[in-house]
Amino acid sequence: MVIVGAGPAGVRAAQTLLRYGVRPTVIDEAPLPGGQIYRQGAIARGSARERYGFEWRKARSIHAAGAELAAQADYRPCTAVWNASPGLLDLVREGEIDTLPYTHLLLATGATDRVLPFAGWTLPGVYSLGGAQIALKGQHCLLGPRILFAGSGPLLYLVAYQYARAGGRVQAVLDYGSRASQAKALPALMNQAGTLAKGLYYLGWLRARGIPVFHAARIDAALGAGRVETVRAIVEGAAVEFACDVLAVGHGLRSETQLADLLDCAFDFDDAQRAWLPRRDAEGRSTVAGVYLAGDGAGIAGAAFAELAGERAALAMLTDHGIAVDGARVRALARHQRSLARFRQGLDRAFALPPAEASCGDEVIVCRCEEIRAGALRAAARQYDIDDLNRLKALTRIGMGLCQGRMCQAGAAELLACCREVPLSKIGRLRGQAPVKPLALASLGEAAP
Amino acid sequence: MNALHVEVAILGGGLVGASAALALRRAGVATALIERGQCGARASGVNFGGVRRQGRSPEQLHLAQRAHGIWARLPEIIGTEGEYVRSGHLKLARSQADLEKLAAYRDKVRDFDLGLEIIDGASLRRRFPALGSDIAGGSLCPEDGQANPRLVAPAFARAAAHAGAHVLENCAIQHADTQGGDFLLSAADGRRIRSEILINAAGAWGAAVAAWFSDHLPLQVKYPTMLVTEPLTPQIGVSLGVEGGGFYARQVARGNVVMGGGYGVALPGDRSRPGRAALSELGRTAPAVLPALACASVIRCWSGIEGYFADKNPVIGFSRNVPRLLHAFGFSGGGFQIAPAVGEALADMVTGRGGLAMAERFCPGRWG
Repeated sequence: MVIVGAGPAGVRAAQTLLRYGVRPTVIDEAPLPGGQIYRQGAIARGSARERYGFEWRKARSIHAAGAELAAQADYRPCTAVWNASPGLLDLVREGEIDTLPYTHLLLATGATDRVLPFAGWTLPGVYSLGGAQIALKGQHCLLGPRILFAGSGPLLYLVAYQYARAGGRVQAVLDYGSRASQAKALPALMNQAGTLAKGLYYLGWLRARGIPVFHAARIDAALGAGRVETVRAIVEGAAVEFACDVLAVGHGLRSETQLADLLDCAFDFDDAQRAWLPRRDAEGRSTVAGVYLAGDGAGIAGAAFAELAGERAALAMLTDHGIAVDGARVRALARHQRSLARFRQGLDRAFALPPAEASCGDEVIVCRCEEIRAGALRAAARQYDIDDLNRLKALTRIGMGLCQGRMCQAGAAELLACCREVPLSKIGRLRGQAPVKPLALASLGEAAP
Repeated sequence: MNALHVEVAILGGGLVGASAALALRRAGVATALIERGQCGARASGVNFGGVRRQGRSPEQLHLAQRAHGIWARLPEIIGTEGEYVRSGHLKLARSQADLEKLAAYRDKVRDFDLGLEIIDGASLRRRFPALGSDIAGGSLCPEDGQANPRLVAPAFARAAAHAGAHVLENCAIQHADTQGGDFLLSAADGRRIRSEILINAAGAWGAAVAAWFSDHLPLQVKYPTMLVTEPLTPQIGVSLGVEGGGFYARQVARGNVVMGGGYGVALPGDRSRPGRAALSELGRTAPAVLPALACASVIRCWSGIEGYFADKNPVIGFSRNVPRLLHAFGFSGGGFQIAPAVGEALADMVTGRGGLAMAERFCPGRWG
């Protein structure tokens, strides 16, 4: 049994398998378990409480379980899966490639920032929200000195709070969501009153320190000579400018689904996440026998949900392997997951994902790797009547660069749907192609023939 | 639903079918171009992109020379240059014996005016310093070149549409029949097409289409393995091949090196993936040919689906069994350069304006 990813889902899955006497292989790109949310720096500075805020107990628990799996499982850190075919993974670790057979595979591949283009987003000093958080948690760096937070999603307030607490000069928080939509989401959010309270605490804490928080705000442009100096935003319809050295912007998260795609799992379009996600049953089974999914890689549901989903998927793997599992535990996990799912619906309502701005000018770069501008996408779409993202890729190179569309796919899809006036669900998704991340050509040649 | 009635229906919206549709429209023939998916999205659109005459057999060189003239006029014909450049094509010899084979080829095709130049190892390294040290020599065809298949293949279909062809995409033919001397084609979605002449330009699926009419042709399907690196500083302007095959590479204007060699595997649903052994072989061969590649990263690999005949020649010719059924497929990994000329030749054959030089080498009946 193989687990890809050692974040909350992967760690809990490994722990569960170990408990039943199965020793899994755990592949993780990071040097230490924890995933993005509970990322551990090479050198821990300050207390866990300072670094992980309210989540420090959860972080400590995941780290402890991570240490347990590192000792007991076949744990392979700093290792990436660059390709997958039925029953076989292709791995790379520090330039050395290898293959790993599996009978049961859990994909707990996590998520990255959902990046949307706007004027000036490629200027130095513009960071994704996740990137800003990694700088803080993984590298103990405060980006700035003056940092502005903008976008949507619960992470916005959390990271702003973490920066302010760590001494960062937070200029303002610009929330895409309106107060009205957040108020409407309150009943659903009450499903996890504790988590809701934490969110409100972050908001209150920021306000109490005089950090302005704006609602119904969207970024119009990041401006500056050679790096970001000013951010122009539209707040409740009016243009407002903010001076800053760094803009940390979050348009939600996107699941890392390439491996599920390479393994031919069926995908469905998810309206709330505005993305195609691998289809899975309540226990985490994909549509391909022997392939399981858990955590944010199978749809954004947060770390708490990921822990439950990881454990539940591991129990499903054991069951399918003919090992009897604790039925009461499965039912308890299911109950807890249902409650969290209702909370997630509230979050989705409170923090609707911003679509690509129709105002995204033709001169704005959408694909950084290949330097493709919005105007080139729109022109090709009209010239060739394109209503399919792969066709757009073939004709414009969008998604053909180093990141293979991991960064630009969301933006390109939004722009294409907007330009052709078709629903996002109708334009398809980029086909997964190996390598999932760039791979040294010479490494390929060192494989045993 | 009423059937669309045309003189010529073409099955397959790849480069052969699309260029035939364009040529037929220019001759004023009512034409339908029928494609199961999207035009130019299969082998025509995902191949290596070599626009090469060097290395072809004399019978193919007649078509290749005709195509050479068409490639030079792409903007006028299809409205884009498709990144076509006459960069030169350099075929490398890894041994003295291979270099002698290249020289023998030059002598054999002297009548075709390819301008082939045999270059010894020392001169080669002087002129192309990016090449590795254990290359014995090479043969340069200065006017051969490269193009971007992703752009060229769909542009031919678009030009055919602009010229008045009925271009039917996402039109999978489920049933084909002859009726009163006409061909009657029925698509899965209910569309029907009636034609007097049918051109089978279905590429790797050509033998399956031929079999609908009891023409059984020995087509073998293969899946070439290709990859592309991150952009590198300029290394080499010419497109590269190797005597004996197995490796080909070109560096595009952006700096990425596109290369291929070996074959991959089929997946369900008419898809394919690069082969593990082929990738591994590329990882060894490429840095030996271009040492700068030892430090390059691969950003994507892919495969296509191609039809091959054992003699490496396509079938281009009328069926022996069914009147007015014209086959044109099985280009055996070398269709990209000659396809535009094949399209014109097919139009000539349909309109009775001319035949094919050395037609017996392409004849569907050549297996007896």
